[in-house]
Formats: sequence, C-alpha cells, structure tokens
Amino acid sequence: MKAKGEKKFALIWRFLRRYLWIFAFTLLFSMLNTVLNSLTTQVVRYTVDSVLGGEPFPDLLLRVVPEGFLESLAPSNALLIAAGLILVVSVLSGLCMYGSRMGTAFGSENFVKSLRDALYEHIQHLPYAWHVRHRTGEIIQRCTSDVEVVRNFVTNQMLEVFRIIFLVGFSLALMFSMNWKISLVALAFLPVILLYSSIFYTKIAQRFLVADEAEGDLSSTVQENLTGVRVVRAFGREKFEVDRFDQKNDRFANLWIRLGRLMSTYWGVGDLMSGLQILTVMCTGIVFAVNGEITLGEFMAFISYNSSLVWPVRGLGRILSEMSKAGVSIRRLAYILDAEPERDQPDALEPPMDRDIVFDHVTFSYEGFPVLDDISFTIPAGSTFAILGGTGSGKSTMAHLLDRLYELPPENGRITIGGVDLSQIRRSYLRRNIGMVLQEPFLFSRTIRENISAVRPNASMAEIRRSAGTAHVDEAIQDFPDGYETVVGERGVTLSGGQKQRVAIARTLMQEAPVLLFDDSLSAVDAETDAQIRASLHDSKGDATVILISHRITTLMHADQILVLHHGKVAEIGTHEELLQNHGIYREIYDIQMSSEDRAALEEAPGTQERGTEHGSRI
Amino acid sequence: MAVGFDDKEYTRSFEWSSWKKLLPFLKPYRKTLLLVLGLNLVCSCIDIALPLFQRYAIDNFITQQTLAGLPVMAVVYALAILIQTLAVIAFTRCSMRVEMNLGKDIRRSCFVHLQTLSLSYYNVTPVGYLLSRLMSDTNRIAAMIAWNVTDIFWAATYVLGVFLMMLALNPALAVTVIVIVPVIALLTAWFQDRILRWNRRVRKMNSRITSAYNEGIMGARTSKTLVIEDQNSEEFREVSQDMKVASVRAARLSAVYIPLILFFSSLTTAIILARGGSMVLSGTLLFGTLSAFTSYAVGIFEPIQQIARNIADVLSLQANIERVMGLLEQKPMITDAPEVIAKYGTAFEPKKENWEPIQGEITFEDVSFRYPDGNEEVLSHFNLKIPAGYTVAIVGETGAGKSTLVNLACRFFEPTSGRILIDGRDYRERSQLWLHSSIGYVLQSPHLFSGTVMENIRYGRLDATDEEVIAAAKAVSADQVAEKLENGYQSDVGEGGDRLSTGEKQLISFARAVLADPRIFVLDEATSSIDTQTEQLIQKATERLLHGRTSFLIAHRLSTIRQADLILVVRDGQIVEQGTHTELLRRRGYYHDLYRRQFEEEASAHRLQA
Repeated sequence: MKAKGEKKFALIWRFLRRYLWIFAFTLLFSMLNTVLNSLTTQVVRYTVDSVLGGEPFPDLLLRVVPEGFLESLAPSNALLIAAGLILVVSVLSGLCMYGSRMGTAFGSENFVKSLRDALYEHIQHLPYAWHVRHRTGEIIQRCTSDVEVVRNFVTNQMLEVFRIIFLVGFSLALMFSMNWKISLVALAFLPVILLYSSIFYTKIAQRFLVADEAEGDLSSTVQENLTGVRVVRAFGREKFEVDRFDQKNDRFANLWIRLGRLMSTYWGVGDLMSGLQILTVMCTGIVFAVNGEITLGEFMAFISYNSSLVWPVRGLGRILSEMSKAGVSIRRLAYILDAEPERDQPDALEPPMDRDIVFDHVTFSYEGFPVLDDISFTIPAGSTFAILGGTGSGKSTMAHLLDRLYELPPENGRITIGGVDLSQIRRSYLRRNIGMVLQEPFLFSRTIRENISAVRPNASMAEIRRSAGTAHVDEAIQDFPDGYETVVGERGVTLSGGQKQRVAIARTLMQEAPVLLFDDSLSAVDAETDAQIRASLHDSKGDATVILISHRITTLMHADQILVLHHGKVAEIGTHEELLQNHGIYREIYDIQMSSEDRAALEEAPGTQERGTEHGSRI
Repeated sequence: MAVGFDDKEYTRSFEWSSWKKLLPFLKPYRKTLLLVLGLNLVCSCIDIALPLFQRYAIDNFITQQTLAGLPVMAVVYALAILIQTLAVIAFTRCSMRVEMNLGKDIRRSCFVHLQTLSLSYYNVTPVGYLLSRLMSDTNRIAAMIAWNVTDIFWAATYVLGVFLMMLALNPALAVTVIVIVPVIALLTAWFQDRILRWNRRVRKMNSRITSAYNEGIMGARTSKTLVIEDQNSEEFREVSQDMKVASVRAARLSAVYIPLILFFSSLTTAIILARGGSMVLSGTLLFGTLSAFTSYAVGIFEPIQQIARNIADVLSLQANIERVMGLLEQKPMITDAPEVIAKYGTAFEPKKENWEPIQGEITFEDVSFRYPDGNEEVLSHFNLKIPAGYTVAIVGETGAGKSTLVNLACRFFEPTSGRILIDGRDYRERSQLWLHSSIGYVLQSPHLFSGTVMENIRYGRLDATDEEVIAAAKAVSADQVAEKLENGYQSDVGEGGDRLSTGEKQLISFARAVLADPRIFVLDEATSSIDTQTEQLIQKATERLLHGRTSFLIAHRLSTIRQADLILVVRDGQIVEQGTHTELLRRRGYYHDLYRRQFEEEASAHRLQA
C-alpha cells in the first residue's frame, strides 16, 4: 500500500521537479500576500484605537518612526497616512497576488506540457503490439481527462492546501496574539467545520458518480438513436424510442434533483455553522470588549480575521475529499508511462540492406492463435517477390515481422537480411530501409504535400510530384480544390480508398528504400490502374527488392517468384509458369480469376499482353 | 478547410425574438422561478442586515460599556441566519428542480422532433452536432436560467439594498463609495470580454491536442513504418507549446484583473477610513456605522463582479438558444398529409385498426429524383414494377449511389416527380409508419442498441415472447452468437453492439428482421471481411429471409446476386443496366466488368480459405 503511494507521487515528482522553483516562488508570493492582507486589518485596528480612540500607539510603531512624530501628528493627517498605508499595502499585495497567480499558471502549464509531451512521445515509441491491445478512445481519455485531473491536483489542490493552511495558521497566530481566549472560541469551531465539509464531500462523491453515469447513459441513448435512425424508422419504432429516452431523461433529472436536495442541505447547514461561529466569536468579543480586555480596534480586527477563516476551511474540506480522485488518474497515467517502449540494443547493427532476405523456419502465433507455421524461403536481393494468400492466411503477419512491428521470439526461427538476424538491427534503420505500404494506410490530417513528404520534410515539389506520378495519383491531386495543399482527413477532404492507397504509395516511394513492401496496397484500385502503377514502379524501382502481397493474380503473376501461403504454411513457391504447371492452388485460383471468356477480355486490356510475353523480371 | 458545425460563431447582438422562443418552456416553472427570486430577496435582505448587528454591537454595547440586551441581539442574529439557511436550502432545491426539469423538457422536445425529421437531414448533419445540441446546449440553457439569472437578481438586490442602507446611514460617506461602483463594473466588463475570448481559444487549442493524440495513436503503425515518431513528437511539442502560451495568456488576464479589483476595494476602505474617521473625530459618525461601512465596502465588490460576469454569460446564452431553436424549427421534409394522419394516425399514435395489410408489390412510375443537397438528377423517368415476393439486387461500386432506390422505396426520400405505388396505391396516401412497419432492414454496418441480445432482437416486434425471439434467432443461426456469450440471450452487447463482431451483429439484426416478419425486406450486405464460418451462416440466413418477401439487396456477394430475380447495375448514380445475372454477363457491359473485378476475387479468396 505504502509502496503504491510512493510510486504515485514519484510520477508527479518526475515532471514537477523541474518546475519546483516556480512553485516555491508561487507559494512565497502567496504567503506574502496573506501577510500583507492582514496588515490592512492592523492598520484599521490601530487607526480606530490610537487615532480615533485615544489609546497609545503600539510599541512597535513607536520604535520605527522618529520620536515625537506620532504625538505631534494632527488626527486628520494621521487618518490620511493610514489611508495611504492601506493603499500601499494593497498595491504590494496586488503585486504578490499577480506573482502568485502567474507562478501558478507558469508552473502548472509547464508541468502539464511536459507531462503531455512525455505521454505523446512515449506512446509513439510503444510497440505496435501495445497499440493493438489498447483502445484508442481509452488512451485518449487518459491523455486528456486524467491529465486534467492531475493538473488540477497539482495546481489547485496541492498549492491551495498549503495556502489555506498558512492563511489559517497566520490568522490564528495574529488572533492569539491579541487575545487567546476569544481565539480559542473561534478555533473550536474549525475542526467541526472541516470534518463536516470533508465527510459531506466524500459522501456525495459516490452520488456524483452515479449522476454522471446517468448523464453518460442518457447521452449514449440519444447517440444510439441518432446513429441508428434508419433502423428506428425502418421498424417504425419512434414511439418506443421516445419512451426509452424518457426513462433515461427522467432518471438523469431525478438523480440530480435528489443530489441537489442533499447539497442544498449541506450548504444550508454549512452556512448555519459558519454563521453561528461568527455570532459566537462576536458575542464573546463584545463581552471581552465591554469588560475592557480588548480594545474596540481589536474587536474589529477579530471579526475581520475570523471571517477570513471560515470559507477557506470549508474549501479545505472539499479539497481533501477530492484529492483522492487524483490517485486514480495518476495510476492510469502511470500505466501508460510504465509500459515498455521499443528499445534497441546499444550495439544494434546497421548492415547493408540490399541483400537477400531469408525466412528461416519461422513460426508465429498471435494471441494464442497460430498464424505462421514453419515458414522458410529466400528473397534474392533486387528481385520481385510475391506472396499470394487469402484473408487470415498470415501474409500481413509476415510483413509485420519483417518490419519488426511484431517481434519474432528467438526460439521461433530467424529472419535475416544479408545474414544478419533482424533482431540485431536498429529498428529505425530497418524501417527506414524497408518502404512499407499498408493495406489500410493512415493519412495524417495535414496537406497532401505534407503527407507525401512525411519522411523527407525538405523534399522539393518536383520530387514529391515525381513520387505521386509513379503512384498515379498526381492527376487526382491536381483536381482537388487546393491541389497538393489540400488538407485530408478529419478536418478536410475525404479521399477514396484507392486515392488513399496511392498517396500512401507515393509517400513510401519518397523513402527511396532498398526494400519495398506492398501489403495488399492496391486492393482498392481498379485492375487497370493497378497495372499502370506496377508498370511505372518497375521503371523507377532500380535495384530495390520488391515484395508484393496480394490475393489478385494479375498483381502477382509477373513477379520473379511467387509464394502461395495457405493456412500459415508455404503451399507452393515458384514462377508463374512453374506454378501453372504444378496444378496446385495457384492454378485453381488462376482458373477462377481468369475464367474462360474473361481471360480473353482481360488480355485485351492495354499493355497486359506485351508484359505477359516479356521476361518475368517485371513487377 | 471544411467548417465544422460547431465553429459557427454567433456574434450578433441581443435579439429578443430569439429569447422569446424560450418562454413556452419557462411557463410551467413561472411560479417556482418567482419563488426562487423571492427567496433570493430574503437572502439579500438578511445579507444587508448582518453588518448592522456589528454596528449595533459597537455602538450599543462596546462604546456604552454595557451588556444589557446582548442576549436579545444574539437571538435575533441567530434567527436571521436560521431564516437565511432555510431560504438557501429552499431556493437551491427549487433552482435545481427548475434546472433539471427545464433541461429535461427542452431535451425531450428536441428528441421527439428529431424522430420526425427526414433522413435527408441526418445525411447532412453529423451526429456529434445533434448530440451537443441535446446535451450541452440544453444543459447550459437550463443551468443559466436556474442559477445565473437568479444570481444576478440576488446580487442586484443586494447591491441596491446596500446603497440604500448606506445612504440612510450616512449620505455623504455613501456617495464616495457609490462612485467607485461604475469603475468596477466597466473594468469587469472589459476584462470579462477578453477572458471569455481567451478561454475560447484555450478550448480550441485543447481540442487540437485531443486530435493530435488521436492521430498519434491511430496512425501509430504508419508512423512506425515511416520512422517519423520523433518528428511527430516534435510537432506535438509545438501544439502543446501553443496551448501553454494561450493558457498562460488567459491566466495573465485574471492575474491582472483580480488584484486590480482588490485595489479598488482597498481604495474604498481607505476613503472610508480617512473620511469616516474624521467624521468620527468631529462626532458626526459613530464607530459602529464606520465599521458597518467598511463591511459594506468590502461586501459589494463580489456581487458587482458577479453581475458583470453573469450578464456576459447569460448574453452568450443566446447562441445556445438559437442553436436549439434552430433544431426545433427544422421542418421535416417528408410529412403525412392531414387526411392521412386522420385515417392512419401518427408515428406516436398510430391507428392500426385502419391499416390495410400489405402485399409487397412496388411500382416506380415515371420516377425522377434528385437529392435535396445535390444538383444532379440521379433518376429520371424511371419505371419499374416489382411483383410481390421478387428479389431485386442492386450492384455497383462503393459510392455509386446504390441506396437511392432503397431510400425511395422505403420512403426515406420521396420522388421529385412521379409516383411510387405500393400494392397499386401511391404510398403518400398512407402513413409513413404504415409502410415502415412492414419493412425489415439490415444495414451493412448493422446497428444494435445497448442492451441484451434478447432486447435487440425483440426490437423487431415489441410484443414477441421470449420463445418467439429465440425461434427467430434460430431461424437465422443467430442462436449461435447468443450461445457463445456468457449469459446467452441475456448478455449485454455493449454500446452500439461493439462487443460483437460485424458478422455477429449482422446475424442478430437478421433475427430482428425475421421477428418483424416484414413484407418488404432490405439488405445492405457487409463488405468487410467476415470469417468463413459466419459468412456461411449469413448466407443461409439471407436465403431464409428472402423467401416470400419483396426484397432489395444492396449486394456485394456473388451468391446473393446470382439468386436475384432482377439485377440493377448502378454507376455514377445512374442505373445503367438491368436484367438477370446470365443476361447481364452475356451483354458484356459494365456488369461484366464489375463481375470480373470484384466477384472473381471473392471466389478465389474462398478457395484460399478453404
């Protein structure tokens, strides 16, 4: 239990440490402000007693001003000096307040920024497997709401607790210095008020949670009705929906009304307790003043200090009860930050990548399901290698293993490039040298130009257009209202699946990697464009090793070698011609895809005929 | 850049006509609101009276050196705070009740109204937009009316009362305090305006941060393959830096504003001390009054700020009211004629006794159609007679406009010209609910509601018994989905059914349609990959469902298309070919092309998975 608490604080400490000095200043300013504020009350007190009431001036004052000055002062001038003093104090305390508020802002914003940055960076470097395991919404929730709770804890609650404790302590000290008996009366109420306040807030926290949930429930009922509007209409369920909505709507309202009743009682009783405390202190003060134990000015000062005690104490009760919330949020953030990021060995290698790629008895299961079963093959450097497989055949897993998005456990075989085990190679180096286009590529909500040049932000427009040209998307981009400056995604234009895939290809081409991997990345493109893209890729690929993954025969048939993956095993491997002779799965699929009359139709397509007869080293 | 619905800025000045629309909603709470105001008046009166006790204490006990009458004063004081306590309790309860009930009423009106709006409205309006109208706008309107308006009232009566009290106690001193008030009010208004603006900026930055996280997480795999993690982090740091700067700027405004206000508060105290002090010396003012003045001078500052703040807040409520009222004033595009309603009833009060049974023959008669937000005619002078029990498949590429016919047949949209007849009568002669009650609809991304499997299937026919629900599930093999879950039919499917896979959701929605036993059935097949086993189940279920019903299939699967009585081929929103599978293949047109591109792959994918 204790260890947990320490750990919780350690996380905050990590980010807080750098800004501690800001918080120290903030606290200092805040304390100074409290002290200065109390001075105003003292000025009023002595003005009432000594200037207006004829009591002697306090010793402290007599010692600091030149002898005889106060005695020779006309009362009206003394009043002006007192007024002036109040203004001076007010200016000073105003400056302190500014300082403490700015300090809070600086400290907390810097703290939150470093926490946000660290979270973002950490998440970026967490392994892909971690991302697959966690839901996006859940992580975002933590990075936003929980960060907010922690910020609130650090800036409002932690600082406020210090501030209130100092304020209460200082005011009490001043009160005790004037008259300890009245001060005791005032003090006696405070623990009761504090306890009452914190017990109450703890008690209603649960109810708040229930009421909040009811709101979430209502909100999702509305949302489901709106997203399911077609279902509602198609079944004619409008009345049923309204009834269901009414139920949630009423529940939400009633829970809050009940909560309101509870809170009103709390506020009312809290007010009553505070009022009684003030009344008691006032009556005690009156008795003491009449008995001559305190002066009129002291009486007024008592009332003033006392009234500044009650509210902060009530606030303290609330804060103390709310602080427990922060613990939950910190734990949820620590869960992310404690996750192990991808880390390379310090002696990770950066070998040449234009070498043969070898899968050597690779077996892989994902979440208990076997995906690849003892796979072995070699992709010769500079060749075009194709993998044919259906949904769930494990073909994408091979791509993920090659890019080390998934790690191959050492006992499950080896993947090597030029004889170097993949696990020895620095990840960033490996990925930079394998240009990979995913089946469902993600475009960032920036301009198309920025998306394509993501790997080389300084690339020239000519280079960008060349890549886009090879991916046959240049023309489509030009047709957009803002051309290459068109913003895509959430905040901008929606691209079709095929356009997205082609932009992603252009983006990968910018990498100029010695290994190119296309994971079903032309699936949303029609057959004709597919062929055109492959033709221009071939012209621009140079010495690159190309790996094509697809379930479309026409995409693969011109590769140097084709591997047929079936249920996680290598079913066949060879050239198009060899595989056709084999009369295996490849042949069957070929027959289905190229059935009878359609084969003729396909062969009429421009360019296909001549490529088919040429030497097979084309993509 | 596309402008989101929420970015609409309402900067227009005060418009009474907008506020007036709120009055009908306030009507039921008139009395309660008046009571709240009355209770607030009691509170402010007592608040004004409290410093007088201090005055009395000083002038009657302390300076007179007597305790005579102290118990009486204490009792009166205690009584005053007791009354105030009761008033606070009563008023908070009333305000809470008004807030919640008012919000509930407005929300309900919006919700009911939304049930009558046409699908064309939903097509152009994001769900998120509607959701925030129903939740945040209504909540804000209700809270503001219940709390802020009453706060203004309390503060105004308090400040006014204090003025009067000060004038009564000592007019000369009172005037010096009162002149400072406009300064505070103006200062607050000036700062408030800027603080609001900066806060809005901070909120915008905050949503940028959220979407940056969203992208960073959604695009994690892509970022890794491109090795741009560090670049992304760098960019994020810029966004978070902007956020920091904006937040500090917003904080600086209040860091200047609050000390400034406090300075004026001290200035007032100083003036009272100097002027009041000399009045005490000259014997024209008693100590107690001086002390009461200092209390008042400190006391009115908060209420004055509160008034300025709340007025700005309440004025900004106009935008919320306009948005909500805009939603309520939205006219449904498809409505039933009054005589139709008279005979067949509304969606909420149907007169089922007058409903004719439906056979399912659908005739398109010279139908032309253009979407309300489009400028191109997607159907022109289209004629088609679909006999009852026929299966019509609609094929074409994604986004080619395959749902248009279905939308028209289901009367989600009405023809721009021409007629659609159901069983030989124009469907506009009967109510929407009449038609909709006879339609079974299974969507491509099937929509389930939170709740159990049982509840979701029963949505098809609300009075179905458990046995009937289970029978329907069995008929389409949805029982296998239910049995796999921990509580069988009583298992929760999660929000929007997200605990189930697409295929499983589809099976449940099949069961829902079977239970409804519709004469007309619409199926929008899923394109996403479904595992082989579920796919086979779905195929069987589809066959079972098509039997004996007029069906529209927005089809992606070869097997479904082959068994259709009629295939309509859609391209760029137009119907380009129609016929049976063999006829169309023989024609070697667009269908032939589509077939080659899409369905052969499906066939080979099957082989690869077998």
